[in-house]
Parts: sequence; C-alpha cells; structure tokens
Amino acid sequence: MSAPTDPADQTVSDGRPGVFIALWRTSNGRIGLLVTAALVLVGLLAWVGLTPHDPLVQTPSDRFLPPSTVYWAGTDQFGRDIASRSMAGILVSLRVAVLAVAFAALIGSAAGISAGFLGGWTERIVGRLTDMLFAFPAILLALVIVTALGTGWFNTSAAIAVVYTPIFVRVARGPVLSVREMDYIAAGTVLGFGRRRLLLRHVLPNVAAPIIVQTALALSWAILTESSLSFLGLGTQPPEPSLGRMVSEARNLFGPAPWMLVTPSLLIVVAVVGLNLLGDGLRDALDPTRQRR
Amino acid sequence: MARYVGRRLVEALGTLLGVAVLIFLLLRVLPGDEITARLGIEAGSLTEAQRAALEAYYQLDQPLWSQFFGWLGSVFQGNFGVSVISGRPVSEQLAAALPVTIQLAVMSVVIGVVIGVVVGVFAASRPDGARDAAGQTFGLLGLAVPDFVLASAIVAFLSTRFGYFPSAGDFVPFLQAPTVNLQQMLYPALVLGTGLAATVMRTTRSVYLEIAEQDFVRTARGKGVSERRTRWRHVLRNALTPIVTITGVQFGYLLGGTIIVEQIFVLPGLGRLVLGGIAQRELAVVQSVVLVVATMFVLVNLAVDLLYARIDPRVRLS
Repeated sequence: MSAPTDPADQTVSDGRPGVFIALWRTSNGRIGLLVTAALVLVGLLAWVGLTPHDPLVQTPSDRFLPPSTVYWAGTDQFGRDIASRSMAGILVSLRVAVLAVAFAALIGSAAGISAGFLGGWTERIVGRLTDMLFAFPAILLALVIVTALGTGWFNTSAAIAVVYTPIFVRVARGPVLSVREMDYIAAGTVLGFGRRRLLLRHVLPNVAAPIIVQTALALSWAILTESSLSFLGLGTQPPEPSLGRMVSEARNLFGPAPWMLVTPSLLIVVAVVGLNLLGDGLRDALDPTRQRR
Repeated sequence: MARYVGRRLVEALGTLLGVAVLIFLLLRVLPGDEITARLGIEAGSLTEAQRAALEAYYQLDQPLWSQFFGWLGSVFQGNFGVSVISGRPVSEQLAAALPVTIQLAVMSVVIGVVIGVVVGVFAASRPDGARDAAGQTFGLLGLAVPDFVLASAIVAFLSTRFGYFPSAGDFVPFLQAPTVNLQQMLYPALVLGTGLAATVMRTTRSVYLEIAEQDFVRTARGKGVSERRTRWRHVLRNALTPIVTITGVQFGYLLGGTIIVEQIFVLPGLGRLVLGGIAQRELAVVQSVVLVVATMFVLVNLAVDLLYARIDPRVRLS
C-alpha cells in the first residue's frame, strides 16, 4: 500500500488572488507597500554608497547651511550633509530592525507554537518566561540589556529582539490553541504523521497570518525603539549616523538650524507610518472574513 | 472573589520574583562592579589584599545566590543599597524621584484617556465620514510620532519662541507650588498622553462600532433616547472594559516613555535616575529603579484585572 498522501502537499488554487494583489487592493496596504519599498530602496542606495555626499565627511566651511540644491536637507554643525546622513541613518535603522525582528519572530513563534501545541510543561515554562519579560516596559528592558551588553548596532538589535520575542510568543500561541483541536490535526495524527510534520505542514500555515501581520508592526516598533535608544546615546554609536541621534543633536541647535530637526524626525515618522499601514493592509489581505474597520 | 484575588496575587508575586532574578543576573553580566565604579581606573592599581577587602565589603566574594538573597532581603527592609558616587542611600533617591514619575504618569493617563475616548467616540459615531478620517489620522500619527521627536519639537519651539529652557534646578514639587509644578508637568504629560490617546482612540473606535450594532442600542434609539445619551450612556458604558484593559497595558509603555520625556524636560524622576545610574555604572541605582518600575507595572496590571469585575458584572471569576 502506498503511503497516505497529505492533502497539505497539494497546491490547489482556491480562486482567491495572491497576497500581493490582495494587499495592493487595500488602500492601506498600497501606501504601506510603496513607503516600505521606497525606504528599502533608499537604504540600499546608502549601502552601495550612492548618497549625494559622503555622510561622514565634515566640511567646516559649510556649517549650518539651510537646504539648497547642493545640500538638499541642509548641513549640520560639522558641515555634514543631512540628506546623506539621513539616508545612511535609514540603512542603520532598517538593519537593526530587520535583524531584531527576524530573531524575535523566529524564536518567539517557534516557542509560542510549541507551547500551544505541546501544552504541559513546555507551555507552563514558556508562559512564565513571557510573563516575566512582559513585566518590563519595553524601552527599560532594552536599556538594561544594552547596558549589560554594551552599545553598538548589533547589541541594540539583540536587546530589541529580546524585548519583542514575548509578543510573538503570545501572537503565535493563541491561534494554535484552536487549531490543535481541529479535525484535520486529529486526521493527521491518525494517519501517523510525525509531530514535526504536523507542526510545519498543518499548524504553521494556519497560524501564519497573525505572525506575518505582527512582523510588519514589530518592524515599525523596532525602528522606534532603535531611534529612542540612539536618542539617549545608548544605541548606534558615532560616527555611524542614526536618525535618533541626529534628532538629539538637532534639538539644542534648533535656533540656528531648524532643518536639522525636520528631516530625521519626518523620516522616522514616515517609516513607522509606512510599516504600520503595511501591517494593517496585510491583516485585511490575509483574512478575507475580516470586515474593514 | 477572595479566592480569585488571592490567586492573582500569588501569580503577581511569582512574576515579580522572576523579574528580580532576571534584573540581578542581567546586571551581573555588566563589565565592571561597584569597585571600578567607585575607583575608576585606580581600581587597577589595587593590591590583592585591598581588592579582597573591598570585595568582602561589597559582598562580591559571596556566591551569586547568596548575593541575590542578600539583596532581596535588604530590599524588603527598605534598604536599596548606597549610591557609590553620591554616597546617599538609594532609597532616599527613589523616594525623591518616585512622586515625580507617578505624577507624570497619572497626568498622562488622564490626558490620554480623555482625548482618546472623546476622539474615538466622535470618529466611530459616523464611520467612514470626515470625522472618522480625521480621527484615524490622529490615531496613526499618535502612534508613529515618537515621544522623543514630539518632546524635542516642543522644547525647541518653547526655547526659540519664549526663551524657555527646562533645567534641573528649577523643578518644583506639586505641594510646594501647585501652579508652577503643573506648568512644568503639562508639556511632558501632553507628549506622553498623545501616544496613549492614539491607542485608546483606536480601541474605543473599534469597540464602539461593535457595540453600536447591538439590539439594546437600537432599542434605546427606538424608545426615543437622545442620540447623545445613547452614545455616551448606552454604547460607551458597555465599551469601558476593553478601554480600561488597553489603558492598563499601555501603562507599561507610559512608564518607559517617562524615561525619555523626563530626560528631555529635565524632570528629576525615575527615568533620569536610571539613566544617570547607567551612565555611571551604579548597579544599586539601576537595579532598584528597574525593580520599582517593574513592580508598579505588575501591580497596575493586577489592579486592572481586578477592576474588570467592578466595571463589568458579567465577568466570571474563574
């Protein structure tokens, strides 16, 4: 007798449009997608060095210049180009956020799904640990971890990853609790599928939607947290540009150079709005039953 | 009810014990200890005997678990250790800083809940209209504009327009001069309140929309209750539970936000205390502040859970 075929292995078109098309059809999703794509593009340009000026080069004769055709967003107290520094700052923010959220999403979802599916001691231990981490305000926990590990973009990333892991645990565990009672899980168990296969092929696809939505939202919070830490001087360190520190430097120089505050602040807001809208759009696109609210 | 309260209390205590262990372990990873904090580079030139004597003095020669329970034991007796740099007891510094942060948090919650609920109800009372769009934009911007950007912009504006610079020496406690104190606290509380208002607004709006469709609301309209009374007394009353929940959850973020806002507006609260402690590697200060903040957070969440039953008699305590 041949091995039982697993219906989960067959790709059947259910007549629904793909996620990207569904995302594009929601107005939130479209704006979010465009903003996010623009940010990634700017970050990539900064990565390969295609900025209008060198973000680190100081030109003492060009200090505190207002925005012009040469310096699109003006210059700072050292005569550095703010547009180029902001571009490099976006790269730093994205790098920290993507790394942190990737870790948090992987570890958090894995822990949450196993806790929900296996129950028992796994669930109890994971639950207690997340409760403990939830007892700290996010920024305070990140502060303490950065203090313990030392500053720098990688440690900032690690701190943010620890802070957001419990959120993914919670988001992943909830839906697993209902999925594990479903008939198709019982059917899979009867057919003799291993735990691994059940988890990866049957549980994961059915709880993926909230995790994906959470990933977009967590990216926006990670950018907020990174810039807040950098603002306090505990995140990305000089000379590497960071949007948070640029705001911090600019606030004492608002009289002579208000443009120093405007560009980095606006970019943080745009990035967070964009990723939030992307998250909202994904939520609508991935869940056809949800009414737009 | 008593059993439920008891169980929640035990759970909260368990969480707090875990929190204490976590803080303690995290901060032991720190490079440098009380000795290097006290002596700086000179710590390198200590003889073996001097170092051992100092380690015994700070109890660094004890095993970790013994250090931990020693610390926890003295915390329960109200002894949070001594600040190495200022030489003052940490409990004294905490007692001075705590009221500032609590006042800031309470003012922010009041501002945030009032703005959030009002904007949320107005947005939801005509879904997809102009009001709703304005409300939703407010909700999105409130979440997306970081506290430090808003606070920096306000300070920048105040200093260039009115020549007002916040500074540490100027802070006046509420009981000394209430009006001056409220002026100093207003802008920081507004900054924190706006962020909270955005979240409260989003929750209020979605819960309101759900409840407005229910039969008892139609009945109220049908029997001729005025639109305003329906809105505030019938719908909002039933939307309170999720609003209280989200406010409780957000309280933690608010406590985190106070760290940044206190730094920018130079308010001598817990936030400035912990940042100073981090900058000067003062373990006793950092671990005490973090413990106090985490305790406040856990207690607020406990209070919120217990409040449910008062607000919503339908809640079953099981």
